[in-house]
Amino acid sequence: MLPSELKAEQFNSYAPQAKALVTQNLSVFRELPLSFLPGLLREIIDYDYKFPAERRSLDKEVANLARLSQEERRQWLDGFVKIKLSSELERFDWVNSPAKFIEQLSDHLWTTHQLDAFRLAATQYADRLHEAVTAEAPMIPRLGIAVIGQGVESYDRPLFRKLRPHGAYFSRVNPENGLRILLDAAAGRAKEHSERYAHWYIDGGDPAEHDALLTCVSYGGLEPVRAVLLRNMHAEIERPGMGPEMLRTLMAGWRPSDLAMKSTGDPVLDRFQVRLLTEGSGTQIFSTSFTQWAAREALRRAEPVTLVVRFAPRQRQKTMNEMLASGGEHLELDPLGSLVDADMGAYYNWLNQQRLPGADRAAFVAWFEDHNSAVVIGPSVPRGTESNERLDMNKLLSWIV
Amino acid sequence: MTLPEPTSSQIAGTRRDFLRDAAGVVLGATLARSPLARAAALPASRKVVVVTFGGGARDQETFAPEGQENVPNMLRDLIPRATFFTQVVNRGILGHYVATASLATGAYETINNFASLPPENPTAFEYYRKERKRPSSDTWVVAPSNGFNRIGESNHRSYGAGLGARVILPKHLLAAAISRGHADYEHLLRDNYETPYFTPDLAGNEFELQQLETLLKLSVDDFKAHARTLSSPDELSVYIAKRLMRQVAPSLLWITMHDIDIAHAGTYSLYVEGIRRTDRLCSEIWKAIESEPEYAGKTTLLILPDFGRDADTDPGGNGFQHHRTGDVLSRTTWLIAIGPGIREGVVHDRAVDSVDLVPTIGSILKFSASQSEGKPIGEIL
Repeated sequence: MLPSELKAEQFNSYAPQAKALVTQNLSVFRELPLSFLPGLLREIIDYDYKFPAERRSLDKEVANLARLSQEERRQWLDGFVKIKLSSELERFDWVNSPAKFIEQLSDHLWTTHQLDAFRLAATQYADRLHEAVTAEAPMIPRLGIAVIGQGVESYDRPLFRKLRPHGAYFSRVNPENGLRILLDAAAGRAKEHSERYAHWYIDGGDPAEHDALLTCVSYGGLEPVRAVLLRNMHAEIERPGMGPEMLRTLMAGWRPSDLAMKSTGDPVLDRFQVRLLTEGSGTQIFSTSFTQWAAREALRRAEPVTLVVRFAPRQRQKTMNEMLASGGEHLELDPLGSLVDADMGAYYNWLNQQRLPGADRAAFVAWFEDHNSAVVIGPSVPRGTESNERLDMNKLLSWIV
Repeated sequence: MTLPEPTSSQIAGTRRDFLRDAAGVVLGATLARSPLARAAALPASRKVVVVTFGGGARDQETFAPEGQENVPNMLRDLIPRATFFTQVVNRGILGHYVATASLATGAYETINNFASLPPENPTAFEYYRKERKRPSSDTWVVAPSNGFNRIGESNHRSYGAGLGARVILPKHLLAAAISRGHADYEHLLRDNYETPYFTPDLAGNEFELQQLETLLKLSVDDFKAHARTLSSPDELSVYIAKRLMRQVAPSLLWITMHDIDIAHAGTYSLYVEGIRRTDRLCSEIWKAIESEPEYAGKTTLLILPDFGRDADTDPGGNGFQHHRTGDVLSRTTWLIAIGPGIREGVVHDRAVDSVDLVPTIGSILKFSASQSEGKPIGEIL
């Protein structure tokens, strides 16, 4: 089926708000190329379970497409129109399974050597959209905090090497009450500027005591869900004919109830957490991978103004099948390896934060937990500098907040 | 904020500048030497060993300035004696099996990366064996077990059946040797990291367990005992490769490394650890070449990653973890060529294509890679 043949009743399986968004704009969608539209539908189909920032962004994108004249739309999407698709893709039920369609489209683009052309079309479209749709500035400058190295007694190699050129490195930070001060600072921002999903705390282990205003996700808190997930994965792997692509597709369809997840009363957050485990790679077995991915997804999707991310030690490497099979027994940890993971993870957190609107005003702190080293990045912080001034965490934060 | 992606030539320039500083190498274009004189100095009987530095390593963790600490052995032992290409571009599908198959055929394969399928184009092994009338024992592949069991032989109708390389899957071999109770070996049986739950049925030209003794002169007990001393699947592969070199001495030996691909699990420390181990193993392979009478002085060693990994700056990816975006960093890698007749300590910046590998091997081993999409790399012939 081609987009020009779309009918409203084909979207009956969509959740109410998603369906409304489609049906209100059906005439626009009918004019979009098949290499483009399922990518948009993949986002819209989950509209009812998206964060406010994502909904606003989708609304604006659809409104922009509707606002364009036919000729403008043709110019915007010309690169997508030129992508040659197979008849199998045209026959695919992309209305109800847009994510699966995108997987198959990706295979098609690779095998027909059209990936670069698609990439160019997507980049050009994104650039135009970025110019046409004004990004919402955050209500306050963003603050990212990364706490790394939990459980490491000493480490003599340099940390924060990728972050240091962008800010100031402090080598004599008083670690006393460091985590408490950082979490309190996050809570203070949440109290002053309360908006749902605007202030987050992600922990790679069990979360420290924190204000309820912070949206909290933790690897420890998801332990029962992970256990069910790993059991389900094993059961599926044992099924004859199961392959990696089929399993990935199957996992992407798992919902909180499939994993016996106890509801938090927040279906948006429940689904977000499950997707971290079903769509992330390594998130099921390594807490450092989970933490970095959770931060990336929170920033990309919820666009928080405050994000505290605390990495915890991951399990030591074993065979992949062993790790997937482990079921809650005592795990041998690798604190040093986890510190290296988290050092890179902190850099990725900063990069992902800087992709959001308001990057020029955003601030970032990365701290080696219970130790003296930290790096601070912000508009008023001189880049590539070092300080051996003795200071506590409050003083450190005063550089940027 | 805009985070610009590097271009291929910028990546190449960074590698070149670093190598010039670190290893005292010179730029290839500044050198000139008669190809006839070079050919006259070459041994009549030549061998080639190919190592894929896998699976997927980025510039910044290898030959860029900040990556130097991860490749000390290659910098010290190989680069000063090698010709180094700073810009090897892979324009194909960036999945490990299909990309390695493309390297082995010299044509961009489009087979399913996760299926147990043979390449569609003739492999270097088939060209070599058919044209030079070589026995099957003269071409071998040592590869990680999952998925790579079909890489030695294509399904091309003019080549294919009976003309391919023999394939050893060391993990498969070890699993067969330890029929039960393998707690001591679990670290050597690590799996395909991209799809940890996928183990295809093994089929094709496999090395049988009993051949350990007949071909490699290695008892199952000795194999198991030695395996206990190793720390990773790639170490097991290199151990088997060295045994092959000693006992069988194939003219064309292909070793596919894979430890680095643990990056898919998102753990940077394990990814870097994999690079450091692979660096050490590459140096060990060269030392084995130099010390084995059948190889010393007549073997060309070619080392290259199958491809890179996604750039930190590409919002479509997640940095080192995957190779899904098809960005410049994930497509641009390097090549080390070392052996008789190859200029030492030279760096070439010009872009070569990863499918140029097979025609280059063809020029060394005197076969014509007629179906390849690449062309011989003149600077190392």
